[in-house]
Amino acid sequence: MTNSDINRLKDKAFQVFGIFCTFIGLVVLAIFLIDIVAEGITRINWDFLTSLPSRRASRAGILTAWAGTLWILVLTTLIAFPLGVGAGIYLEEYGRKNRLANFLEINIANLAGVPSIIYGLLGLEIFGRQMRLGGSLLAGALTLSLLILPIIIVTTREAVKAVPRSIRDGSYALGASKWQTIWHQVLPASFGGILTGIILALSRAVGEAAPLIVIGALAYVPFTPSSPLDEFTVLPIQIFNWTSRPQEEFLTNAAAAIIVLLVITFLLNGIAVYLRNKQQKKIRW
Amino acid sequence: MRTSEKIIEGLLWLSAVITILVTVGIIWVLLSESISFFRVVPLSDFLTEKEWTPLFADKKFGIMPLVTGTLLTTGVAIAVALPIGLTIAVYLNEYAHARMKQIVKPMLEVLATIPTVVYGFFALTVVTPFLQKIIPSLAGFNALSAGIVMGIMIIPMISSLSEDAISSVPRSLREAAYGMGSTRLQTAFGVMVPAASSGIVVSVILAISRAVGETMIVAIAAGQQPRLTLNPLVPIETITTYIVQVSMGDVPRGSLEYKTIFAAGITLFVFTFALNNLSFWIKKKYQEKYD
Amino acid sequence: MSKKENKLEAKNLDAYYGDFHALKNINIAMEEKAVTAFIGPSGCGKSTFLRTFNRMNDYIDGFRIEGQILLDGRDIYNKDIRVDELRKEVGMVFQKPNPFPKSIFENVVYGLKIQGIKKKSVLEEAAEKSLRHAALWDEVKDKLNKSALALSGGQQQRLCIARALAISPSVLLMDEPASALDPISTAKIEELIYTLKNEYTIVIVTHNMQQAGRVSDYTAFFYMGELVEHNKTRTMFTSPKDERTQNYITGRFG
Repeated sequence: MTNSDINRLKDKAFQVFGIFCTFIGLVVLAIFLIDIVAEGITRINWDFLTSLPSRRASRAGILTAWAGTLWILVLTTLIAFPLGVGAGIYLEEYGRKNRLANFLEINIANLAGVPSIIYGLLGLEIFGRQMRLGGSLLAGALTLSLLILPIIIVTTREAVKAVPRSIRDGSYALGASKWQTIWHQVLPASFGGILTGIILALSRAVGEAAPLIVIGALAYVPFTPSSPLDEFTVLPIQIFNWTSRPQEEFLTNAAAAIIVLLVITFLLNGIAVYLRNKQQKKIRW
Repeated sequence: MRTSEKIIEGLLWLSAVITILVTVGIIWVLLSESISFFRVVPLSDFLTEKEWTPLFADKKFGIMPLVTGTLLTTGVAIAVALPIGLTIAVYLNEYAHARMKQIVKPMLEVLATIPTVVYGFFALTVVTPFLQKIIPSLAGFNALSAGIVMGIMIIPMISSLSEDAISSVPRSLREAAYGMGSTRLQTAFGVMVPAASSGIVVSVILAISRAVGETMIVAIAAGQQPRLTLNPLVPIETITTYIVQVSMGDVPRGSLEYKTIFAAGITLFVFTFALNNLSFWIKKKYQEKYD
Repeated sequence: MSKKENKLEAKNLDAYYGDFHALKNINIAMEEKAVTAFIGPSGCGKSTFLRTFNRMNDYIDGFRIEGQILLDGRDIYNKDIRVDELRKEVGMVFQKPNPFPKSIFENVVYGLKIQGIKKKSVLEEAAEKSLRHAALWDEVKDKLNKSALALSGGQQQRLCIARALAISPSVLLMDEPASALDPISTAKIEELIYTLKNEYTIVIVTHNMQQAGRVSDYTAFFYMGELVEHNKTRTMFTSPKDERTQNYITGRFG
């Protein structure tokens, strides 16, 4: 074999290895999803979705968990949406070149890299202790809002930046003020992008367990929350709790709860991808 | 009219400045609680003791076992994710058709969207039993399974950031390599990867930072036994798992045991903060080079 | 014919982008209800100058001016001038059509709506009037609620003119309004300028010498930030005083 034959062989070999690597993750994912569905799907029924937690695996349900997850989703959106979009607009439209903006930018990049459990410690002290919210839904939602704030800010900035200069000029030339231009032109034109970012951020928040465990969300909540100040649990914590039990039946419960959590996560991501594609098709400047 | 413009600008400014308050809040919370911890436990003990047993009668406060546990799971994860992620990046850039790239990239991103508690379940109930068939001595909780699964989770992080770095290498470089008769493999690893090295390094650093701070996978699958070891087959405990462990129990607030989670937290924060800023620094240097 | 009033005036105007001296001691007076064309090679400062009349340069970092710009004798850079009020008086049409990604109707009434006018009948009346004025009404009257982005380039530009007219300005600034359009659309815009000058003072920046000749009453030639020559268009094109003007209009550089 000549040298160039060997080289060609190596090239081919790497190609095969490349295909293998590309699909190994996906194959593992598929095995995993099949395994989960096989284990959990039979456990999912009306009773499972509407029952309170129980010490006996066969009677335990996820009512409080998904109710808590829903509460957290709504409250987190209400808190993080205005803050994140507001900050994104400020950075992109108002504070573009000053030193504060520079510092804010580095700071936000840093916050994006802070582990979620650290946000839990922050929430535990500030919201739980100082603001006396304890392990309530509100404390949890505030904590998760801070956690996803960097994601929302970054996507808002990108969406706002994509609105062309000429649209702003057109609006200013008609006598519109800065805020009128942002409100009537920039925000409507970038809304799809902003919404996509928020939904992706929420899909992150919905899967978080660690920071909520740290602020004191409980593994066992015998009632569904009825106000933001109530104690709560969420699906990921319920899954964690069941996974930690030695009995096989609880693992089945965990698998079933995972199916519900994955449905929510994939649904949110699906909506985000759909919105993004739609947005890309809609406007060509 | 003008006042309302000012008020709106003020509100927007406030929401941006809140992000600074978050950082200040994190540092303040971690510092204030750990300072009162270090009044009782000397920093030298914290760094040099070889045992971590704050919840036992015989209390020892050496962070090292938690640090090695964290580095062990992180090391396994990177050992899995780096070769696979980098190969994917090279493959998609140099070999795959544009259409395949379009389809595969978002599919890989799915790996990053799955909640980590789900990965933990997978590590404990699928990967560990499977590995035990190959390595009979593998404990039920171990760093190996947790690390492997964490590695799978961070594949897309390395692959997509590295892919961006490789595809931003000027076309002319690749063409020059082909022009001299290089194969795709030689072009990829002889020219493209070295040229994109800083971007690839950034992706790996960010992946390490992510793995160091990862919580639920290790809390579920790696065990809760702080142990100064580099053996991936036995139960260990990471910094993050310890914080979860204490949070799940009923340690009274204000006690020394309670403060340990902030001391552990600040250790973790220092690690990730350093890694993140290192990546920003490299990125900035790299950008200047190509501009 | 009685001497018309001076609508716009620049006195000892200098403009800078950071260290770059973009406009050098410009003095010019422009007559009411006439068309003045600004010509000159790229980068000569004509667009910068045009944009000082509605203060569009305010948003550019590092931009500053010295001297005065007078509208009806009032300095528009004076502190008590409100920029939004100024822009109701001085409308602008840009080089590339820039309709908002909204319906045709919403585009035309945008300026009125942000002034707080909400009454539907008022808006509809204004929309029809402006669209007729911009010679677009017959083409769009049946699809006012369709997206403005669906119109052709030429129609979009006339929509942008209608949009500017809707807030009843007295001055219309046009920054190479036909440079992105095909010849037929360009002809339509030029015709439109011809009819609009009965009611508006128009300042147009153009690269196209023939266009300047066709549409303008007066022409100002700019070169390297200086106003070289300003005269009646016919005079300037037949007997330019400055050699640089001569060279430019005969196509020796550009």
